[in-house]
Amino acid sequence: MKREIWKGSEAIAEAAIRAGCRGFFGYPITPQNEIPEYMSLKMPESGGVFVQAESELAAINMVYGAAASGMRAMTSSSSPGISLKQEGISYMVGAELPGVIVNVMRGGPGLGSIQPGQSDYFQATRGGGNGDYHMVVLAPANLQEAVDVMFEAFDIADQYRNPVLVLADGLIGQMMEPIVWKEHTPRVLPDKTWAADGRRGEREHNNFITSLLLAADACEARNIRLKAKFDEMEQNECRWEEIGTEDADLILVSYGTPSRIAQSAAEQLRAQGLKVGLLRPITVWPFPTARIRELAAGKCRGFLAVEMSQGQMVDDVRLAVGEKKPVGFYGRCGGVVPTVSEVRLAAEKFYQEVQ
Amino acid sequence: MKKREVILSGFGGQGVMSIGKNLAEAGVVEGLEVSWVPSYGPEMRGGTANCTVILSEERIGAPLVEQATEIVVMNRPSLIKFEPALQPGGIAFINSSIVPDKVTRDDIQAIYVPCDAIAKELGNPKVANMVMLGAYVGATEALKVETIEEMIHEMFTGKKAKLVPLNLEALQRGIRCAKEQLA
Repeated sequence: MKREIWKGSEAIAEAAIRAGCRGFFGYPITPQNEIPEYMSLKMPESGGVFVQAESELAAINMVYGAAASGMRAMTSSSSPGISLKQEGISYMVGAELPGVIVNVMRGGPGLGSIQPGQSDYFQATRGGGNGDYHMVVLAPANLQEAVDVMFEAFDIADQYRNPVLVLADGLIGQMMEPIVWKEHTPRVLPDKTWAADGRRGEREHNNFITSLLLAADACEARNIRLKAKFDEMEQNECRWEEIGTEDADLILVSYGTPSRIAQSAAEQLRAQGLKVGLLRPITVWPFPTARIRELAAGKCRGFLAVEMSQGQMVDDVRLAVGEKKPVGFYGRCGGVVPTVSEVRLAAEKFYQEVQ
Repeated sequence: MKKREVILSGFGGQGVMSIGKNLAEAGVVEGLEVSWVPSYGPEMRGGTANCTVILSEERIGAPLVEQATEIVVMNRPSLIKFEPALQPGGIAFINSSIVPDKVTRDDIQAIYVPCDAIAKELGNPKVANMVMLGAYVGATEALKVETIEEMIHEMFTGKKAKLVPLNLEALQRGIRCAKEQLA
């Protein structure tokens, strides 16, 4: 298959269109402006709808509306803009609407910086909106993966009738790499018999979509039903990659751009004779807890989380490892991307500590 | 093939981003793993921009580099900023039409390419970046000259096809300039 060189944001947008997305609603923000730019050009050509909304709030609620009509719809933004969308995301979960949200993370908090960041991990994995909810969160580390997960994201959203978050960082959005447009085998998905797409004389009842359930017991019943879906997602959708973990004394845990830096650091340490491996979550929710727990029970002497934050994913590593092995952390934040030598030095120091 | 980790830097409009893209695109044609990362931030109009290109036979980990195998310097601030980021034994490609300085380190090699002067001689100042691309390929042999030539044919089609000979000439002049300094 032909390899083509693409820019991250544009590749994500093209993948969405190829995955059948026919509604894009967004509001500009760096470093993901090439997604709406690309969509504004290509979505109409594909017979879809592009709207530059008046705000992030409007955009996510347009996704709600489009999804309610049965259309594959998405929005994209970067950290501060994603914060504004949280209400709409919570409503989508409550109303059981599929949809895809892309967050090309930058430095925070507040308006922060425009360079790459990962400090929205808690928001992404714990639910930034109100209520008991989860979303599958896919975190690509290269452009091939970024396009592959877009196809998956729409399928997962439709399968569970739940929004899916694609959590990238500014570097993934801005960089160029070769990709191959693989043949995607779509999942067998249920018909959208729930969609509010007009009765057309074919249906007796009205499809009514809302997140409001004023009767407490009815609301609890829905929460229980949602929980069953989240359990199913945890069961079925967790994915990760491991490099050199079998014999590792130290395992680096890292996702997105820092996982590539950690991979380079691990290679350099291997060359020095230190047995260092990498576990790279591809979904950060569900998190590969069971696998990390299994590795913690083995010969490995410690885990080091590497992030572009002050330490967020490290909490999930600690939850998985428990008291079995020491867990360390190294990170840069605010838009600063760690260097390979910084990560290597941090890993080397931690390696000595856990020997 | 030796892994290439190149930092290219210059004023906005000098074509450093596109030299980088050309390298990455040619790398893809030759079946290599490649990455291209632009500097982006609160950049100023007229300020210095840079990009990082990696060409490798293996999967690319970190897409940013601390120690470049080569630097391509199109303006003076870029030399000051990136000379320290060059690996010992690395090559600095310097646009000597714009940058009057020489490198200060003695553990690196410098190739001075009067890109703008050559482009002017060829009758079109816009091909200065193609001269530099030629110099890079000529000195490093990291990519085949034919690959770049084919790319030039693909880049300029239709009305722009008349620009093909000019760009091929610019490429060759860059190659020659670099090879003369290596000899």
